[in-house]
Amino acid sequence: MSAMISINNVSKWYGDFQVLTDCTTGVKKGEVVVVCGPSGSGKSTLIKCVNALEPFQKGEIIVDGISVGDPKTDLPKLRSRVGMVFQHFELFPHLSITENLAIAQVKVLGRSQEEARDKGLKLLDRVGLKAHAHKFPGQLSGGQQQRVAIARALAMDPIAMLFDEPTSALDPEMINEVLDVMTELAQEGMTMMCVTHEMGFARRVAHRVIFMDKGAIVEDCDKDAFFGDINARSERARQFLSKILQH
Amino acid sequence: MNYHWDWGIFFKSTGVGSEIYLNWFVSGLGWTIAVALAGWIIALALGSVLGVMRTLPGKLLPAIATAYVELFRNVPLLVQLFIWYFLVPDLLPTPLEMWFKQGISPATSAYLSVVVCLGLFTAARVCEQVRTGIQALPRGQNNAALAMGFSTAQTYRFVLLPQAFRIIIPPLTSEFLNIFKNSSVASLIGLMELLAQTKQVAEFSANIFEAFTLATLIYFVLNMSLMGFMSWVEKRVRIPGMMGGSK
Repeated sequence: MSAMISINNVSKWYGDFQVLTDCTTGVKKGEVVVVCGPSGSGKSTLIKCVNALEPFQKGEIIVDGISVGDPKTDLPKLRSRVGMVFQHFELFPHLSITENLAIAQVKVLGRSQEEARDKGLKLLDRVGLKAHAHKFPGQLSGGQQQRVAIARALAMDPIAMLFDEPTSALDPEMINEVLDVMTELAQEGMTMMCVTHEMGFARRVAHRVIFMDKGAIVEDCDKDAFFGDINARSERARQFLSKILQH
Repeated sequence: MNYHWDWGIFFKSTGVGSEIYLNWFVSGLGWTIAVALAGWIIALALGSVLGVMRTLPGKLLPAIATAYVELFRNVPLLVQLFIWYFLVPDLLPTPLEMWFKQGISPATSAYLSVVVCLGLFTAARVCEQVRTGIQALPRGQNNAALAMGFSTAQTYRFVLLPQAFRIIIPPLTSEFLNIFKNSSVASLIGLMELLAQTKQVAEFSANIFEAFTLATLIYFVLNMSLMGFMSWVEKRVRIPGMMGGSK
């Protein structure tokens, strides 16, 4: 399997404060990688560097052969090929669900209105929300909004999907409906990089788990090794796991 | 007070042609509306551009917009009007100066000065409303739009501005009313708008109380109608499921 995303020695500073320190990892085509770690460990920052929503000062990130940090890179084009799902959904509240699904297909990819609409409805059906097509985001629950957000990203036919804590802002009851969609996506072979605290999801779906602390990648190993061989893990990861796996 | 009230004065002849005093009010109202609407078009267009500039990344464009706002907000309106009417024409290239002073009627030159003055003055205020509207949006909206592959221009056009303008309708309404009220400064450079006509009626007829009562009433009804129009606009563009919109 070839690397879809490769992150080499990436460091990032806010002023004097270093938020990422020599991060090196990658995601192969069809691989599902879960990134976990305590708050402020830099996991969200790292995933946002992958589609250049956050700039970084050192190192390089290559997505499907294209260097993200290269000033000559056409960033809008690169971003249109990488789907992203946010913690707070970030649907466009002034547009109906149908329009949310269609707008980037039309304005960025140049598809016709009908084509974009049909594609959007098909994906909406897939996440079980076809009946809500005419509504506005503010009329849906958090879980429903996040499923629409996933459908919206998929409508662009992405080569990979980035998830930035997709279930952290949801009521507990709604977490599973979103994880189910993500699980299905993973089983279909989508390349995925997920920042999440859902260790159950990581256990069931991920191929690899990355553990970050204080801006550095502390663990980067096979899912089975990460959860199975706990004594081989670093002190910090063991602490984290013991807290998070209690419930 | 020994004052001879005469509410029939508005229908009496002015002694100038076949006009009655009411004609003067109507003509004054016409100029007031013509000044305010033309000024508002400039204010809204320029203010929106400046407001966007203040929120852009980088240093130069925001600095230019900030300097503009500080300059136009901190000099009294009347001083600005005198500068535009008495000073700026002298600084124009000679053909343009001659055109302004001799080629067009005094009413037209006064009209142009006051429209430019009110437009540029109000633009500074609209700029601040637009800026705060954009900054009030969750930062994630910008990221979500960029992540879909939108350019910066597309992000503003399709995502940020449609939401920002909805938020700022109430303060914009207030600026819209202000420009109608501020248009009365035009009377000081001889433009026969509503206030100037009122003063003229008062001097011609000596019925000063009636004249100013009617003027007050006209300004009041005019502004109440504008307010009604703006709340109609606000309701029309309201988003279902948010900001007071129906579920």
